[in-house]
Amino acid sequence: MSLLEIRGVMVRFGGVMAIGGVDLDVQAGEVTGLIGPNGAGKTTLFNVISGMQEPTAGSVHVSGVDVTNEAPHRRAKRGLARTFQRLELFSSLTVRDNVRVAAELAALTNIDETVDNLLQKVGVSDLAEQTAGDLPTGSARLVEIARALATGPHLLLLDEPASGLDEAESERLGVLLRQLTADGLGVLLVEHDMSLVMHVCDQIFVLDLGLIIANGTPTEIQHDPKVLQAYLGAPS
Amino acid sequence: MQELLTFTIIGLSTGAIYAVVASGLVVTYTTSGIFNLAHGATGMLAAFTYWQLRFDWNLPAPIALFITLFVLCPIFGLVTERFVMRGLQGTSEVVKLSVTVALFAFMIGIANWIWPSDSSREAFLKFYEGNKVSIFGINISWHKLITFGCAILVAIVLRLLLFRTRMGVAMRAVVDDRALTELNGGRPDRVAIFAWALSAMLAGLAGILLAGEQQLNIEPLVFLVINAYAAAIIGRLKNLPMTFAGAAVLGLLDAYYLQFSDKSWFPQSIMGFGISGMRASIPTIVLFIALLALPQSRLRAGVVRIREQNKMPAWNTSLLGAVSLIAVVVAISGMLTRSNTLLLLNGFTFAIVALSLVPLTGYAGQMSLAPLTFAGLGAIAMSKLPGDGNLLTLIAAVVIVALVGALVALPAIRLSGIYLALSTAAFAVLVTKLIFNQKQTFMSGNISVPVLDIPFLEINTPRGRLILASIAFSVLGLGVVAIRRSRLGRRLIALKDSPAAAATLGMSLTRTKLAAFAISAGIAACAGALAGDKVSPQQYDFTQSLPIVLLTVVGGVGTVGGALFGGLMLGGNSVLATVVPTLKNVTKILPGTIGVTLGRNPSGAANQIADAYRSLTNRWSLLAFAAAGAIVIWILDAQYVISHWAFFIAGVFWILAVTPNLVGIMQATRTRRIIASIYLGIGVIVSISIDWDNAVDSTGKRLIALILLIALFGVGAQRVAENAPRIHRSSPDVIGLTKDFTDEELDHAERELGVVL
Repeated sequence: MSLLEIRGVMVRFGGVMAIGGVDLDVQAGEVTGLIGPNGAGKTTLFNVISGMQEPTAGSVHVSGVDVTNEAPHRRAKRGLARTFQRLELFSSLTVRDNVRVAAELAALTNIDETVDNLLQKVGVSDLAEQTAGDLPTGSARLVEIARALATGPHLLLLDEPASGLDEAESERLGVLLRQLTADGLGVLLVEHDMSLVMHVCDQIFVLDLGLIIANGTPTEIQHDPKVLQAYLGAPS
Repeated sequence: MQELLTFTIIGLSTGAIYAVVASGLVVTYTTSGIFNLAHGATGMLAAFTYWQLRFDWNLPAPIALFITLFVLCPIFGLVTERFVMRGLQGTSEVVKLSVTVALFAFMIGIANWIWPSDSSREAFLKFYEGNKVSIFGINISWHKLITFGCAILVAIVLRLLLFRTRMGVAMRAVVDDRALTELNGGRPDRVAIFAWALSAMLAGLAGILLAGEQQLNIEPLVFLVINAYAAAIIGRLKNLPMTFAGAAVLGLLDAYYLQFSDKSWFPQSIMGFGISGMRASIPTIVLFIALLALPQSRLRAGVVRIREQNKMPAWNTSLLGAVSLIAVVVAISGMLTRSNTLLLLNGFTFAIVALSLVPLTGYAGQMSLAPLTFAGLGAIAMSKLPGDGNLLTLIAAVVIVALVGALVALPAIRLSGIYLALSTAAFAVLVTKLIFNQKQTFMSGNISVPVLDIPFLEINTPRGRLILASIAFSVLGLGVVAIRRSRLGRRLIALKDSPAAAATLGMSLTRTKLAAFAISAGIAACAGALAGDKVSPQQYDFTQSLPIVLLTVVGGVGTVGGALFGGLMLGGNSVLATVVPTLKNVTKILPGTIGVTLGRNPSGAANQIADAYRSLTNRWSLLAFAAAGAIVIWILDAQYVISHWAFFIAGVFWILAVTPNLVGIMQATRTRRIIASIYLGIGVIVSISIDWDNAVDSTGKRLIALILLIALFGVGAQRVAENAPRIHRSSPDVIGLTKDFTDEELDHAERELGVVL
């Protein structure tokens, strides 16, 4: 049984087919990449998984439980956490309180300790007392990851976590992701930074125009002609 | 059958007017994202203007119409957009709504000023008054026919405009994506001006048509807009045909109610409650139902981007503030006359009501237009519950109202933003009409709320009640600070800052909103329950809630200090009217005038002052200068060089006008620095050189002079000192950019990118 099982998910906005029947699996202890050109439907798929967007058809299972009709906060209780492509920090709270809210929602016992550990883990301890709205994008992305981790998730959805990060930060993020999966966490990663994706992912799914056009290991994906075509356009 | 047909026609013609108003509402909402609560007031003002031209100055009707609808209304719309609404981009819905509330208050004030309701005036005649035509044996007045014609014309013109003209296409483009339109060479600002001008014309047309049907009175014309809200909500604020259909339904309901309520079988009361207020409540009930029928507001990421920010309140400053507030009130309450004591008491009552908005609106970002309604329920509960005002009665009253607050919020909680605000308004109107205006609730026009009975304390005097109110405010204020610092407070802020993130982290938005509503209702209930005097239903009328909401947002709805500021400002405004009767008209427009400037400073005035003080930390020379000035003023007083009042006025001027400006002045250019210093210097000299004790004969006038001094010289100096801030809007295609650049960041970026050498 996979940690996350998506079967036949379809999303239609009026006449536009945003996602046209997607099957996707994420295993515990692995980083699964989800790549594709802009507008392929990656964020929409994230919204379906996290419960912010009702699918027109299809189902979402987390750890074998059907969560298709559950509210976002119920899914969070089942161990699902996500970050956002456009930052969604609680901008008037401090960095520490951002992470703390999440830890409190997960009803953890030693909240202070958890928060400190997480801030350290993603490398933003020195920013703890800053107001989140004042952070530069790179640090803010890291805080969002810490905040998502504070809910103690089994499955983490990351929506372009490396955009806005410099090369060194991006590399550190890769290391962090490997650490997290070593502890048994499953990660679904949407990312445009191909060196990061190819470096950390165990499995990659390629989404184009709402359909999965390829999946496999990084090496397989790199040599898949359909993928090259989707990214570079049809050979004339 | 004949009768039914007649009433159908009456209903449809009323509906036609609603449709015209509602379409104007939709036009501005869709192009600028601002729901204009003042839309009805615009129509009211236009109707009065038309009356002035047509019936008082006896201009021919076509000329009067042309001037009103095609000259004055567009100019009004243009000015509103350019100078009020444009500054609101990037502010929260709360601030946007408050500014339209301000505009609403401003226009009612203007109308009351120019056309006082007690003066008799020429009648407002219908078009072709007295002329009727007979269609299918039913007599229809020309006025009604013209009304129909107008509605149809408006429908056709809007349709053609939106789909067949460049401007219409641009308008629809702005609705879809403002930033993208701008990038493609569209001019959203021009489109917005056009939309506001058009909207003002539609409001004006409807106002004139309606004034012909009813009388020329401020209230019914203003509240015409509630019908329009209902129609616009039925059209989901974007669909014009649905809006027209909704308007027709509303008009018909009203007409049929009128027809059937005369029949003998029609019930006069339901379960002992008279339903005489029912007809006026129909639009509100329809609005409520239409709101509840709306789909659950969808969670969307990347929606909330707001400029206002509040720091977390610290315990030590909060405690210090609370203690000094009580101390000041105890000290000055001995010197006040009885009437001044009552006025200040009034201010504190408002402040407690304003405080109820802090956790709900300030922290959780949920707008309520009904804070006074809960205060009224608190007053009723306190007077009806047994115990004659002991502490247990108070607690019971507060708990009951808090539960009521949660209960009424329950159906509305799926909504957010403007829809939630409207449903609280609908609730307030319904409670006013169906509960407060019942004989059972307010026996002979008023009820007496028992004074809080605290053992060993006699608080039956106005002074006692004033001190009690200040203590109540301080205690509740500390409670609100405690909430902000607690787990719940963090959740409330999370709800405001990003509902999407909060939900995906495991927070039940419904439970958090319910908690916020319950707490808010409970605090407001205290204000009513502690009235300790006879109260009348008018005190808790829905329209009285609006200035409170407005001034709280002006003061800063995110902080306890802002609530105090807002409450006292409202209290002070009534002082102004009592003390200087000649200024009575000014006080009518004052709250509105202050409110429309909110776009400049969406975090509120109290916050601005606090920020100015915060910027003083670590600037030792400036701090020393500020302290030295205060000491000099004190010495002058102690040495009897200046009077006590001069001490007070100069002291307050120093604290509120001079000190907060010091940093700004030091950072300004040389010329600006000199001019600003001269401004403040004049203010200080005036405040210490006037013999306030003898030359001015009442406390009220002295306070007004103080406010004027601060406004003229303090705010003046600030405006001179501050360089116009450069605002750089973030481009939508820079991924991940979530705030505007500061100048330093821009310079840095330009250096890094090598754009400048």
